[in-house]
Amino acid sequence: MTQVAPSEQAVVTRPLTVTVNGESRSADVETRLLLVHFLRQTLGLTGTHVGCDTTNCGACTVLLDGTPVKSCTVFAVQAEGRELTTVEGLAGADGLHPMQKAFHEEHGLQCGFCTPGMMLAATAFLAENPDPNEEEIRWALSGNVCRCTGYVNIVKAVQAAAAELREEGR
Amino acid sequence: MYPASFEYHAPASLDEALSLLERYGDEGRVLAGGQSLIPLMKLRFASPRALVDINRIEGLDGVEEVDGGLAIGALVRHKDCERSELLRGRFGVLGDAAPQISDPIVRNLGTVAGSLAHADPQGDWGSALLATGAEVEARSEGGTRVIPLDQFFQGPFTTALEPGEMVTSVRVPDPGPRAAGTYLKLERKVGDYATVGVAVHVSFDNGAVGKAGIALTGVGPSNLRASEAEAALAGAELDDDAIRSAGELAAQAADPRDDVRGSAEYKRNVVRIFVERGLRKAAGREEA
Repeated sequence: MTQVAPSEQAVVTRPLTVTVNGESRSADVETRLLLVHFLRQTLGLTGTHVGCDTTNCGACTVLLDGTPVKSCTVFAVQAEGRELTTVEGLAGADGLHPMQKAFHEEHGLQCGFCTPGMMLAATAFLAENPDPNEEEIRWALSGNVCRCTGYVNIVKAVQAAAAELREEGR
Repeated sequence: MYPASFEYHAPASLDEALSLLERYGDEGRVLAGGQSLIPLMKLRFASPRALVDINRIEGLDGVEEVDGGLAIGALVRHKDCERSELLRGRFGVLGDAAPQISDPIVRNLGTVAGSLAHADPQGDWGSALLATGAEVEARSEGGTRVIPLDQFFQGPFTTALEPGEMVTSVRVPDPGPRAAGTYLKLERKVGDYATVGVAVHVSFDNGAVGKAGIALTGVGPSNLRASEAEAALAGAELDDDAIRSAGELAAQAADPRDDVRGSAEYKRNVVRIFVERGLRKAAGREEA
């Protein structure tokens, strides 16, 4: 006889509609589904990474109504009616977002696992502080961990993106 | 990691939320920022039958000046506190604590009231708000009550909240026209618990100390008030001797343990130094 698992409460699902990278997406989801799994598994947007799964590393950072959140620590149902931006939504019709271009040109990544979270956190930060100094950038990204110790170039990339965004007047 | 299944409600009004909390009793939990609750649920340390998500309720997200003190709504995020002009000057202990809570992304969601309701014995807000003499406003269908924070905390992860009750506001009393303070935190890295945290909140009366609040993080089984140091400062001139003596008294009040963050002796010394620095800053003599 197979072992019976400790009693689980009945599965509860809810209809969910959110705007992801400008597009309306709907699905029936379990209430306990984490936002990161909704993005990766339900919608197939695997640019958002699961790093630590414990609210520490920031690899799963996405923008919820423009604000960076750790999507491993938000339930998908909480996003009902809200707007999400993932790394897939950064590039526009005219190519890479200035933040992506800067990470590319400044070599702001080694393995790239933390990069989507870094770029989203940095993009939201520059919207608030378009001309930050190095200390401010490091402080703003202190919830995002890079295990390749690539912070020097990450900071350079954010500075380069800041300069380009200021020039573009964005 | 997957939490156990739960029923989810996102009420649009406080009345509706209170009615849901009444219905579920101790099987219901309030979801505000979720930055402590969701990790607990993922680890299955918490498996509530129902979550009442209060994020869609209007009017809970303000920091307001009320009768010279502050009212901090249940949905005020750490980040709001970091940005609020009201949490500087007389309430500097709160404004200085805010940016030291967890990390910048967690601060976008996590709430002050939620931190208190979570009652982590190593929480930073616990000490900062104890130092101010804050009270918690709790509401249920049965009514509203106001609980002093030192009675609200009943032990690690345990509060005076009854089933069906939720924190609607945190009240910080008026410290008088002249007050100052700060929160000093030693942490190994961003997002870690405090190795030592010290909250200092002093009101001045005719150049001398009126009332002093000193509370300690990470050096006891819960947030500790350094009551003897507070009593010694009341009415005293904030000179070098008073500051040194308060540091000593607070270090004696600390009950630290040896752990990966440092030895008990080391932590006790940090308490002494932080209390001195905090008081010097409050006296306007030196940046902490």
